Amino acid sequence: METAIDRIETQYFRFAAPPDRMVLESGRRLGPITLAYETYGRLNPERSNAVLVCHALSGDAHAAGTNAEGQPGWWEAMIGPGKAFDTDRYFVICANVIGGCKGSTGPASVDPETGQPYALGFPVITIADMVEAQRHLLDHLGIDQLLCVAGGSMGGMQVLQWVSSYPDRVRAAIPLATALKHSPQQIAFNEVIRQSIMADPAWRKGDYYAYRQPGRGLAIARMIGHITFMSDQSMEEKFSRKLKNGGYSYKFTDDFEVEGYLHYRGDNFVKRFDANSYLYITKAMDYFDLSDGRFLPKTRTTETRFLVVSYTSDWLYPSQQSQEIVRLLKRRRIAATYCELKSAYGHDAFLVEIEEQTRLIGNFLGNL
Amino acid sequence: MKTNRKEGETDIRLDHRLICARITPGADVLDLGCGDGTLMSLLVREKQARVQGIELDGEAVQRCVAQGLMVFQGDIEGGLKDFPDRSFDDVILNQSMQEVRKVDLVIREALRVGRRVIVGFPNFAQFRSRWTLFFRGRTPVTRALPHDWYETPNVRFLSIRDFEVFCRHKDLTIREAIYLGDGTAIRWRPNLRAKNAIFILTR
Repeated sequence: METAIDRIETQYFRFAAPPDRMVLESGRRLGPITLAYETYGRLNPERSNAVLVCHALSGDAHAAGTNAEGQPGWWEAMIGPGKAFDTDRYFVICANVIGGCKGSTGPASVDPETGQPYALGFPVITIADMVEAQRHLLDHLGIDQLLCVAGGSMGGMQVLQWVSSYPDRVRAAIPLATALKHSPQQIAFNEVIRQSIMADPAWRKGDYYAYRQPGRGLAIARMIGHITFMSDQSMEEKFSRKLKNGGYSYKFTDDFEVEGYLHYRGDNFVKRFDANSYLYITKAMDYFDLSDGRFLPKTRTTETRFLVVSYTSDWLYPSQQSQEIVRLLKRRRIAATYCELKSAYGHDAFLVEIEEQTRLIGNFLGNL
Repeated sequence: MKTNRKEGETDIRLDHRLICARITPGADVLDLGCGDGTLMSLLVREKQARVQGIELDGEAVQRCVAQGLMVFQGDIEGGLKDFPDRSFDDVILNQSMQEVRKVDLVIREALRVGRRVIVGFPNFAQFRSRWTLFFRGRTPVTRALPHDWYETPNVRFLSIRDFEVFCRHKDLTIREAIYLGDGTAIRWRPNLRAKNAIFILTR
């Protein structure tokens, strides 16, 4: 058996060229659209082994293997030969969301009508719009039905949206560490994140592409994010109150290791992520709401089988929100498994709590 | 009771075999406290039942998933209320009722979501238990009640007679009662002789 995926190449799918622009949930139109995507493994002749993995807020199409820049995929530990999403058996697809900045059309893309970056002229997109774009990609790849859609956090929202939008095209759904809708607490964090970007004078009402990123604001936004991704316990284990230089400086520089870590993550993020994309994507998450009758019409059910997973120390998307999904599935009598995995890693768990997650997902997929 | 064992069935637990024999082929079954899914697997294999489990223990949930079974991790008390009325043909509470605090509520809810409820529990009044309690002054530890008092998951200790009285008080109809000894069913003086009992209830 191979142990790694070789030769990773990001591909680009272009569609919705005017006048056939894609109609968004808001009623506005977007086109042409480019979707960056990667695939791993082989599509079988029956075209029945396709697995779509959906990335979270800051992810991209590069989910597995090592790319030309030497970067491992964001779900490298879960996708590959012999792994949970076994590329010897499944054809795994991952696409960058629209509104993103990793090769798919987003606010940093050039608006063909003006020849300038869209900036805030980019229409507000929703999770349903992201899924609709992925649906165009699957049509292009000739895949009528997915064996499975899987993803964590915002990726999990796309999983739920996929079943809601196309219940007959999804045999199995694996939403991890996610919710049917954002709580006021989650919206509040996102609003602070957006405000920190927009408060940076370099943001220039989104029109900064001729200058430079609103780096301070974006770094702070990401620092807030990282706090919410970890747990009290994982921060204690990782940093405790350890000092960078052995003593207090009695200045407002970063004395504690946790401060240094947040600065490092924030500054790194500025180099790789577009500030406006962060605004658009967090807004899409806040608008997402499949609670009550919005998931499926009251009279409709689905044969899709669910594996819902939450993590004990995840306080950003707590287990109660996954249990809310489970309650909805029970009310609709949809076949489902729910598992709360033990983890100290907080919301990051779906990216790093590999062993139990691999066992669970591998067995779930293997028995479909 | 005849136990027509087919080849290869010898390792199947007696209570599982007896419950399985009472499930209609293709039935919708909810197994409350399904453990590692042994009974659910049997029902899928023998009766092509559509099964759903509820189980608190994470390792047991993993083992169910490994067999392709669908399970909600959670407790029984909170696990029933979202299912619509009459969602299942049978709701099974086998060797899990004695671990439930709100027995009355769980059975009422089970009878709401299912047409029948199949309850299996260890008989605390079996003569070995009585002997231990009476002559040795010790809390019984038997094969049906295998835990010491300080580590038992059981919170309810009941006899067959107790359960009959409970059903009468709660207006539950006992459709069938099966009493189990060591590897065989028991008919005569079950409250003294049976180690386990299986009751089939309807409203």
